Amino acid sequence: MNDHKVMSSVLDVDKIRSEFPALTRTVHGKPLIYLDNGATTQKPLQMIERVRKFDAEEYGTVRRGAYKVSEYSTQLYEEARQKVADFFGAGSKSEIIFTSGTTQAINLVAYSFGKQFVKAGDEIIISNIEHHANTVPWQVLCEERGAHLKVIPVNDEGELILEEYDKLLSNKTRIVAVNHVSNALGTVNPVKEIARRAHSVGARILVDGAQSSSHMKVDVQDLDCDFYTFSGHKMYGPSGVGGLFGKMELLEQMPPYVTGGDMIMQVTLEKTTYARPPARFEAGTPPITQVIGLGASIDYMNGIGMDNIAEYEHQLLEYGTKCLEKIDGLRLIGTAKDKAAILSFYLDCVHPHDIVTCLDQDGIAVRGGHHCAQPTMIRFGVPATARASMSFYNKTEELDALAESIRRTIKIFS
Amino acid sequence: MSYINSELYQQVILDHNRKPRNFRKIEDATHSCHGINPLCGDDVYVYLNVNDAGVIEDVSFEGSGCAISKASCSLMTTHLKGKTVEDARINFKEFQNMIIGTMDPDKEEHHLGKLSLFMGVREYPSRTKCASLAWHTMVGALDRKFDGISTE
Repeated sequence: MNDHKVMSSVLDVDKIRSEFPALTRTVHGKPLIYLDNGATTQKPLQMIERVRKFDAEEYGTVRRGAYKVSEYSTQLYEEARQKVADFFGAGSKSEIIFTSGTTQAINLVAYSFGKQFVKAGDEIIISNIEHHANTVPWQVLCEERGAHLKVIPVNDEGELILEEYDKLLSNKTRIVAVNHVSNALGTVNPVKEIARRAHSVGARILVDGAQSSSHMKVDVQDLDCDFYTFSGHKMYGPSGVGGLFGKMELLEQMPPYVTGGDMIMQVTLEKTTYARPPARFEAGTPPITQVIGLGASIDYMNGIGMDNIAEYEHQLLEYGTKCLEKIDGLRLIGTAKDKAAILSFYLDCVHPHDIVTCLDQDGIAVRGGHHCAQPTMIRFGVPATARASMSFYNKTEELDALAESIRRTIKIFS
Repeated sequence: MSYINSELYQQVILDHNRKPRNFRKIEDATHSCHGINPLCGDDVYVYLNVNDAGVIEDVSFEGSGCAISKASCSLMTTHLKGKTVEDARINFKEFQNMIIGTMDPDKEEHHLGKLSLFMGVREYPSRTKCASLAWHTMVGALDRKFDGISTE
């Protein structure tokens, strides 16, 4: 395919690529083609430099020291919280809780919301295309509480069947937990509508935003979700930090998830009273440097513009879909009308792990496996898939190279 | 794709992947075990018929997995047929040592024969479990691990 020119120039991709040092790496003597952005994203210099400067010149503990170094560090930490709140459209920065990432954020809600609001006989709804991180915590909660887990089915394209969802909703439903974008298929779920229907029966909704947060404009107030979770390392920020948006009226009613220092109002040997959110949910010294880094990566994405990112990545998706559809024996898994830039595929004659090893020889990094979404794999009747997940720093030429490498792989195994 | 990779995907391995040998269930097996590799989802059953003298009269496998795991199962079954249980355990250790790189089949004595084709796996740390799943499952069957085995 040589119609690269059809891509409109929403972004200056060459300039963007020059801001990501990792993209100049070579693998097995070939230039790296990084297509595992669904797993984790590479880091822009702006973020790397911000973290370096903070650690070198501004680092101190937060919320503890009554001295200049600590006060300044605390100020920067709270400014980063404000950036996250603004980025996701939260009403107040107190509704943003920093965690180690999406997994911990979902566990926090399952534990704390569950403890306060879920009792025997209640029901929790997830979907058939959730990551294990948005499945297992709810299974554990149901087991502990004697509650029941209900699952929204999907059609052959990988879209949630909303009529079936309606049948699952009742006054027993306490919370609905679904992803915004499926990591295994790329499906963009209609979470605003899912939230509306959940609220109509008095249930709450958690949206797992791990795969949407860095690919589209997210406004938690517009979506009207009660909880939204995200991971910094999938947003061009550091690993080890992520977070939770939660509506204050709920957070205020929820007990702490992890206890210890910094989450208390007062401790005596007989009794402890807890701090208000977000401190109540941030026991111990938080990942300070990583939070500062996340703030910088949000500045970086805002500089490009989330609408521009979404538009460009959609063009990449359309281009990549056309490239892969032309390959005989390749089956795309996940063909929803509304999709993020994820191409999950299965070859008749080559197991996904062999695909990954062969593509790696051409410098192409893709993921192969069940993507921590085994129920999704079972639904589509495959043991695993290979997955190319794109970012705004990818180019159409890289997708041509992907298709070419897949063709060579098929030749070897057939 | 290349040169380095051809060491991993040797023709014999590709051939056993396309046409796995002894790919069937032994209904009256004296030993069997279910083996999984949770990281990549490889999933196999190994069946053995061992006689009173401790000789493996028949060995087979079923399941799904990548080319390396399937070819490893297939070649293992062809290699073990007619061998004693004791030999099978020795082969398991030699195979393990070869794929983790502590035994060089070109320089040291071993009893692996054609199985030394899997030497290339040692250059691919993420794939060694694919090659060893067959062997762990076979030993699991001999040790009567009724709950199955896992590479993790």
